[in-house]
Amino acid sequence: MRTFAVVVELGRRSVRQTFRRPQLMAPLLIIPTLLLAVQSAGAGRAVDLPGFPPVESFFDFLLAGAMVQAALLAGNSGGIAMAIDIEMGFTDRLLAAPIPRFAIVAGRLAGTAAVGAVIAVWFLAIGVVFGATIEEGVLGALVMIVLVMLAALAFGTLGAALALRTGSASVVQGTFPLVFVILFLSTAFFPDDLLLEPAQTIAQVNPLSFVVTAVRDPVISEWSMGELAAGLAATLLIGAVGLWLCSAALKRRLRMG
Amino acid sequence: MDRGLDSDIETIRALVRRSANELIRVPGAAVPGVLAPTIFFLGLTAVFGSLTLLPGFTTDSYASFMIPVSMLQGAGFTGAAMGVNLARDIELGLFDRFLASPAPRWVLLTGLVISAAIRSIIPSTAVFVIALAVGAHFPGPLGLLIAYVCVMGTATIAACWSAIIALKFKTQSASPLMQTVMLAAVLCTTAYAPQELLTGWLATVAEYNPFTQVVDATRQGFVGGVSWDGTWPAIVVILALTALLGAFALRGMRRTAY
Repeated sequence: MRTFAVVVELGRRSVRQTFRRPQLMAPLLIIPTLLLAVQSAGAGRAVDLPGFPPVESFFDFLLAGAMVQAALLAGNSGGIAMAIDIEMGFTDRLLAAPIPRFAIVAGRLAGTAAVGAVIAVWFLAIGVVFGATIEEGVLGALVMIVLVMLAALAFGTLGAALALRTGSASVVQGTFPLVFVILFLSTAFFPDDLLLEPAQTIAQVNPLSFVVTAVRDPVISEWSMGELAAGLAATLLIGAVGLWLCSAALKRRLRMG
Repeated sequence: MDRGLDSDIETIRALVRRSANELIRVPGAAVPGVLAPTIFFLGLTAVFGSLTLLPGFTTDSYASFMIPVSMLQGAGFTGAAMGVNLARDIELGLFDRFLASPAPRWVLLTGLVISAAIRSIIPSTAVFVIALAVGAHFPGPLGLLIAYVCVMGTATIAACWSAIIALKFKTQSASPLMQTVMLAAVLCTTAYAPQELLTGWLATVAEYNPFTQVVDATRQGFVGGVSWDGTWPAIVVILALTALLGAFALRGMRRTAY
């Protein structure tokens, strides 16, 4: 019970920290929103291309990509905040406190997941305002929120692992462009059949593509349990790898002192 | 030559040298400015390359269509980086010493802006070489010259804008505002597709966004022939925005107490 309270408190601090620092919050919402707005209108005629899946508009297709992009950035941003905590000595104080070590990471991840939920609601609101139709209705929207939240949590484990391993905010921040490499090599912005090589081949095996497809499914088509299961499995895989890396990095940090 | 003018030019040269020294001493400082436009160029080309199959698209090579945008994006980021460096100098108190020196404010601003314009050649050249390697068309000597004039002009505009923000907020935390506005200015144009193929709000915004003229002028050599009609509007836009934003930046500098 006490551990749970610690996780909740650290999670709350993490959310407050994100909202109070514009440099942490701005990239999460402004960049994906800007790209969603520009790409949906700039490449809007893409839906006329032969082989493009049947959708109401390119905006509907891109909405999930923007959500997952923001979730990825939330994971990166959570890692930066954790690295700042390490640089400022806050994490050392937590390590000296009588709380389980995993609660330190879990608290940060809880905050990242909460930011993920905020992101999902933000983009759903934008989607509704600008005419996107969620084919699966309210239930579909709720599933999207949960999926984006889980995705943010999974990506957060990678950011946290990097922060624990390096202890440097600038190093974690330096991985920011990698977020876009991973995104461009997935189906976040375009269907895989229409991507150019080698992006097409990579996108077909990139776990992020499965996450995006699962989030997109309730918007553009009828429910598919297969897509949902694949998306959850990919999220789980990313989270499991991230947690393993976090554990190894934390152990190393404790060993090195 | 007038001794005052001599000393002003020497001050500008010193500021440009200082900026160059930063790159020589910390070569890694140039990497982020090169990396972002390169990633965007390669990524957007791979993702949206099939758009050239649409009837009415002006070229069969999306790399050729996208490269001018990435070069201008690199210039925008370089100009914004100058603003971040100015904010850092303000935070550290170094800029107060510049202000206390006998150098006129316009000389300080000119030094910063010229530094940004020169530094913008690095990311744009890097992304241009990569674009040629992946199959973008060579724009010809005149097309390339016009592209670099537009790149340096965009960096100048970005540097003036970033200086306004740095002088207003006096903190590096304002850097997202510097970068995002420049990114939006370049992307809310014919960046992704020709004007006729744009849809929704962007079709209208791109028509009136002055940066569309700069993007189109930079692009002309890559996707077709170079013409004076396709060039002069960009020169007018660059001169007008530099004069306007430069005046505001100078006003901000005059209002900054030391």
